[in-house]
Amino acid sequence: MSRLTIFTKNEAEKTVESLYKDLERRVQAAQPGLCPVDLASSFLHLCHAQSCGKCTPCRVGLGQLEALIGQVLDGTADMFTLKVLEDTAESIYMSADCAIGSEAARMVLEGLRGFRDDYVEHIKHGRCKSMHSQPVPCVWQCPAHVDIPGYIALIHDRRYEDAVQLIRKDNPMPATCGLICEHPCEVRCRRTLVDDPINIRGLKRFAVEHEDTIPAPKRMPATGKRVAVIGGGPSGLSCAYYLSIMGHEVTVFEQRKQLGGMLRYGIPAYRFPREILDREIEGLKLAGFETKTDYSIGRDISVAELRSQYDAMYVAIGAHTDRKIGIEGEDAEGVISAVEMLRAIGDDGYPDFTGMDVVVVGGGNVAMDVARSAIRCHAKSVKVAYRRRKQDMTALAEEVKGAIADGVEIVELNAPVRIEKDAENRCTGLIVKPQIPGAVKGGRPSPKNSAKDEVLLPADRVLVAIGQGIESGKFGEFGIPVQQGRISAFDTSDIADNEGIFAGGDCVTGPATVIRAIAAGKVAAANIDEYLGFNHEITTDVVLPPIRFDDHKALGRVNMVERPADERRCDFKLMECPMTEEEALQESSRCLHCDHFGYGILKGGRDTKW
Amino acid sequence: MVNCTIDGRAVQVPERTTILNAAAAAGIHIPTLCYLKDINEIAACRVCVVEVEGYDRLMTACNNTVTEGMVIYTNSRKARLARRANVELILSQHDTNCAICVRSGNCELQKVANDLNILSIPFEKQLPKKHRSSLNFPLIRNYDKCIKCMRCVQICDKVQDSHIWDVINTGSQSTVDVKDAYDLETSKCALCGQCITHCPTAALRERDDTHDILDALENPDKIVVAQIAPSIRTAWGEGFGLTPEQATVKRLAAALKITGFDYVFDTNWSADLTIMEEATEFLEKLTHKEENKFPMFTSCCPGWIRFCKAHYPDFVDQLSTSKSPQQMFGAIIKSYFAEKLGVDPSRIYCVSIMPCLAKKAECGYETMRNDQGDPDVDVVLTTREVNRLLRMENIAPGEIDEIELDNPFSAGSGAANIFGSTGGVMEAALRTAYHSVTGENPDPDAFHDVRGQDGWKEATFDIKGIPVRVAVVNGLGNAAKLLDALRKKTVEYDFVEVMACPGGCVGGGGQPIHDSVEMAPERAKTLYAQDAAGALRFSHENPDVIRCYEEYLEKPLSERAEHLLHTDHHGWKMPGER
Repeated sequence: MSRLTIFTKNEAEKTVESLYKDLERRVQAAQPGLCPVDLASSFLHLCHAQSCGKCTPCRVGLGQLEALIGQVLDGTADMFTLKVLEDTAESIYMSADCAIGSEAARMVLEGLRGFRDDYVEHIKHGRCKSMHSQPVPCVWQCPAHVDIPGYIALIHDRRYEDAVQLIRKDNPMPATCGLICEHPCEVRCRRTLVDDPINIRGLKRFAVEHEDTIPAPKRMPATGKRVAVIGGGPSGLSCAYYLSIMGHEVTVFEQRKQLGGMLRYGIPAYRFPREILDREIEGLKLAGFETKTDYSIGRDISVAELRSQYDAMYVAIGAHTDRKIGIEGEDAEGVISAVEMLRAIGDDGYPDFTGMDVVVVGGGNVAMDVARSAIRCHAKSVKVAYRRRKQDMTALAEEVKGAIADGVEIVELNAPVRIEKDAENRCTGLIVKPQIPGAVKGGRPSPKNSAKDEVLLPADRVLVAIGQGIESGKFGEFGIPVQQGRISAFDTSDIADNEGIFAGGDCVTGPATVIRAIAAGKVAAANIDEYLGFNHEITTDVVLPPIRFDDHKALGRVNMVERPADERRCDFKLMECPMTEEEALQESSRCLHCDHFGYGILKGGRDTKW
Repeated sequence: MVNCTIDGRAVQVPERTTILNAAAAAGIHIPTLCYLKDINEIAACRVCVVEVEGYDRLMTACNNTVTEGMVIYTNSRKARLARRANVELILSQHDTNCAICVRSGNCELQKVANDLNILSIPFEKQLPKKHRSSLNFPLIRNYDKCIKCMRCVQICDKVQDSHIWDVINTGSQSTVDVKDAYDLETSKCALCGQCITHCPTAALRERDDTHDILDALENPDKIVVAQIAPSIRTAWGEGFGLTPEQATVKRLAAALKITGFDYVFDTNWSADLTIMEEATEFLEKLTHKEENKFPMFTSCCPGWIRFCKAHYPDFVDQLSTSKSPQQMFGAIIKSYFAEKLGVDPSRIYCVSIMPCLAKKAECGYETMRNDQGDPDVDVVLTTREVNRLLRMENIAPGEIDEIELDNPFSAGSGAANIFGSTGGVMEAALRTAYHSVTGENPDPDAFHDVRGQDGWKEATFDIKGIPVRVAVVNGLGNAAKLLDALRKKTVEYDFVEVMACPGGCVGGGGQPIHDSVEMAPERAKTLYAQDAAGALRFSHENPDVIRCYEEYLEKPLSERAEHLLHTDHHGWKMPGER
């Protein structure tokens, strides 16, 4: 007899492991709007199946909780049932021997608190409060509601120009989004149920790169109405583009030297080359709006005067001011805000960090942008000091990974304390206090001081990337409501008590994504048009190919690849490599066509106009 | 053109033809259940699945198109097993108590299950544990018969623009239910009944009122009077296998007499009366144009009135104040006719036979009662119910002879006859309005431009130098479009006819159900043929109407006419109406 054996998984265990993976992906791709009570019941069923069966609360209790929720769902429960459910869950949480039982009960209790209204609605009216109104996950997740299955089908049909034209119906900046969109469309992609989400952004970039010339949009008859757009960033330009197509006379006012907003003055060229941005802006201008650059509202003309000269006004000034870190020594020479540095780069003012040690403060995408730019400006070393764990950074995981590959060192769990400077007030380093992760709040552990001593990170430059503010002061003085610096606008982009003035983009939401800014511009264009007394419709004449059949066989996602780190870290040229046609045709074949298969066909897979 | 092979047969069809239609072109039938052409092509039931060579998974035939070289097997083992499983699954959640089902014998689920020779179901029966539907509203939903085909949702959304139904809940709890309200009673339902006539099962049906009538017929104190709406004569015989020529109003009258009705009248008479009042009202408004808002809308369709009040309350004041022919008849029967009989009106039990669910609601409004507080019309039977009544009474209508309708309301004009079709009310009104203005009759077919099945028709007619701009819409979706256009001031009319059901009353929600076949165009032909063949084609020439004015009402819009024949549309409220 052998004393010990090596543990090996049998076939059933292996299969269950693989089914767990399937389930993980299924949870990841869950569509919004589902009945939370039904889901709570299903979660509970899974938890119950995971019970070993030793202890009463878990073995029996979880099943009884499920039965009680079942009564709620089939309409046979009353309010007393809800009390029994809550009391029992509480008892299970308190008395279960291990986390399998207690955590299952905690989930039920959280649901009873978080969606109690749904429980009550089921009990009283036999239905759920939430409505399943999102037929096509990608289209719904995209703030601009771009017809994603439509353009993917066109790409698969090799009709790249049509694909881009279809995108422009809802998003006039396809080149921009092809490169730097955060692609919320991919987050709930139903293909995730099979393998991985479609590489939607990559496909968009591919289509844009295969469009020869940007066709001039057809303008509708002139309306004689004049609209002022304040801010030449993605939101302002998108609004101006659609309003011009609708026949209105639009002027875009931009306070910097060039158009583009944060696309130029916030995003480094290695992610978004200037020639592509310039081409995109020239394409937008084909719609026929006028632009005035180096023209500042408040300096060159007052808000009131501008308002009086135009029938309507769209405020899209973005979020371009820096935020102070608020630590000792911040006034030292060599402490630069990310906003300041990237703005200079936008007008080709590249700093020279040759031979310098650079420390970046922050954990967001902008921190990664400046860290990676610093590498490209020949810094000797670049460190990012961050008080939480690497995985808690708000920057996209791929950005953090890319930065590390570029040579950036992430100094996690180190909170900035003060900046050291020399006699000439030049910064020499950043003192950080080591942290340990503490209790979880809002999904992330709050860092707390560890017993370790403070550490000096030598630094000739400290780059501060801890958020941006909004220059909304003069609009507030004019009478536009401003809260904590942000302009208060409705979801419809109009503003209380300010007829004819609309606002959107970062100046309303705070620093957000380009696609949200574009979507705000689109919404504003529609509502300004209506305010001016029109109902112009933006449509497309692109006819989609017939629906393609598919067997849903798992097929690997084509990921974007980047130029080798050793090469790309030396220049500001585009870092990401293009998708090949071979890759694009395969990737587009993975689309499950949720516009046609599933709920989309019942509730409208696509809007052909807006 | 695209070439494909279906079950071994080569087929050539235009591009983007569905597999279903391509198969039909080859003479191959693929069973469907949820499919409703142009309205519900959502592939929900998965009954029409077929096998396509080169693919493991099955495809639905109803909404997928053939491509060049496609090889399809509509009834391969794989397709057959999946189709059968899906029907069995649907049956597991369907109350299959067919013997006591109103749609037994006319049920798409029953037919599909029978065709697949399903004799037992391997699944547990899962029916809703709680029944929520009210049995008092004219429209009744049976939750345990709903197969979630979504046809009702689509008809109500796409055709009727009323948005009463929707998919409620998700996952295991998904069902179809009233949207934006908890029940039909408190919803904005117009009661057009199109959801019933497009339901493949008995998940939706009319409230059955036949038993009330049997009680009245047995009561010796009651004088039971029936009126038969124009459109009934186009449809009531369908269930008995009669041709339109056989299924006349006179034969139905004979059948009702056998059932025990004391008097059977033709609603055509009161349709003529409606024209007298409504045409006069229109001309009155037209001559005082600045004091009135235009267009004036017809008011004979209670589904339209409900829709207008619920969805477009700003137009209610532009509705003609004339009651519907049903209610005018009820008011006259319980006044003039009661006087003629010399009986107290409370002894009269007034039944109307209508193609319509909304009429069941209409007769119950507080504004539709006589001076004694009794309803002018006691009960409304739909065409389907009258057919059931005749079957309950063991009457074989094909074997009985026609009789004349009863006096003093036996005469009805051809103008009244076409009330049952879209455009008919407008045409009838114009024939009489022309006569009122000019003193002479127009060519009875002079206004034929408003005929036909188009959803939104418009025309301008010159009546003695006055251009009269009219529009005719049928289907509430078209009504909504027209009202939106009026709000935006992109159109202008003087007089607009609205009928809630597509095609008008001939396509009414109370008419016999023929799955996937819109019967309105065929039924309308019957009405127009009868109009063309008749001698009496003008409402103002109806001798029984003339006599009623002479003996009782005096003239259109007289005080008594206003009292009996006109109504205040604000006198009752739709749910949510202020």
